[in-house]
Amino acid sequence: MSNSKLLDGKIALVSGCNRGIGRAILHTFLENGAIVYAIARTHGSLNDFESCPNCKPTYMDVTDSSAVKSIFMRIKKEQGRLDVLVNNAGMMKDALIGMISKEQIEQTYSVNVFAVIEMIQYASKFFKRQQSGVIINLASIMGVNGNPGQLLYSSTKGAIVTLTKSAAKELAPYKIRVNAIAPGAIDTDMLRSIGEDNVSKLLKNIYSGKLGVAEDVAKTALFLASDLSEYVTGQIIGVDGGMIV
Amino acid sequence: MTNQEKYDQCFIDSFNAHEDQLKGLEYQSSPLWDSMGHMQLISALEEQFDIMMETDDIVDLSSYKRGMSILAEKYDVQF
Ligand SMILES: NC(=O)c1ccc[n+]([C@@H]2O[C@H](COP(=O)([O-])OP(=O)(O)OC[C@H]3O[C@@H](n4cnc5c(N)ncnc54)[C@H](OP(=O)(O)O)[C@@H]3O)[C@@H](O)[C@H]2O)c1
Repeated sequence: MSNSKLLDGKIALVSGCNRGIGRAILHTFLENGAIVYAIARTHGSLNDFESCPNCKPTYMDVTDSSAVKSIFMRIKKEQGRLDVLVNNAGMMKDALIGMISKEQIEQTYSVNVFAVIEMIQYASKFFKRQQSGVIINLASIMGVNGNPGQLLYSSTKGAIVTLTKSAAKELAPYKIRVNAIAPGAIDTDMLRSIGEDNVSKLLKNIYSGKLGVAEDVAKTALFLASDLSEYVTGQIIGVDGGMIV
Repeated sequence: MTNQEKYDQCFIDSFNAHEDQLKGLEYQSSPLWDSMGHMQLISALEEQFDIMMETDDIVDLSSYKRGMSILAEKYDVQF
């Protein structure tokens, strides 16, 4: 069976596309025939996709509610439908319990949780009407198991785990599938931000003996976005090379 | 169809309501206007007037009358 065009003609909205996992998802979805509305914050950071007519760069902050509404209005106007939403944008700042500021809590929850809920609210309007649609959220192995120094980050990702399961149950009657990917240690700027010593320590807890790459996550997102996973919903799929936390 | 007729039709279709009941309709006043019915009504209004409502307005739309003022004030629907 050829799987070269698994997303032929599908309209996708993906956040955090300028680097890391989001960029790999953008590449993979475009290669597989999707039209992708690619969210990034910095103007020009998707210029290298200029020659690709199926990539629609959208410069915005996911915490800006009016920008979120505008992108869904734009998709409605230009495409009349939406098939896949990937909530990938996220932030991580590690701190011990006594050193987490209120501002940090608000900022991290705004990006990692509140914006995700808002995107799901708008996307599900399309999906309910169409009686089809796929939502993919980026959780984390830390959101399933917790980790010292990561109370804040892990709790936001834990929220993603449970909101994914709740949304999957509520939206299944409308033929909408909702799943999350829980990456382990994927070699991106986010992972490198913890410092080389900590990355080396993490490596010792990965049975496959290597870090993941963004494409490992992108391939799982492709599976979840495509009809190959037609009967999969409410699942938290680990992409962690056998990592123990 | 006028905007008024379109608006009324959304309520009639969503809640099986009769025209003479419309003005008194409030959220949870009829068995069909529960939270599921509410989302169905919102979907019908969005489709009918080609708008995308914000969550605060969706929550605020607590009666037939309130819905008209929200649509008029925030979504430029003239009645
Ligand atoms: N890497 C890992 O090991 C790992 C493990 C588990 C889970 N994850 C999750 O996977 C997702 C992607 O991670 P990554 O490793 O690719 O991270 P990354 O390299 O740090 O990239 C994060 C992306 O999110 C965007 N972003 C952050 N805040 C935003 C906002 N307010 N509005 C719009 N975009 C925003 C960033 O844009 P800017 O460039 O403008 O900052 C960037 O494109 C995240 O949700 C992360 O929590 C990653």
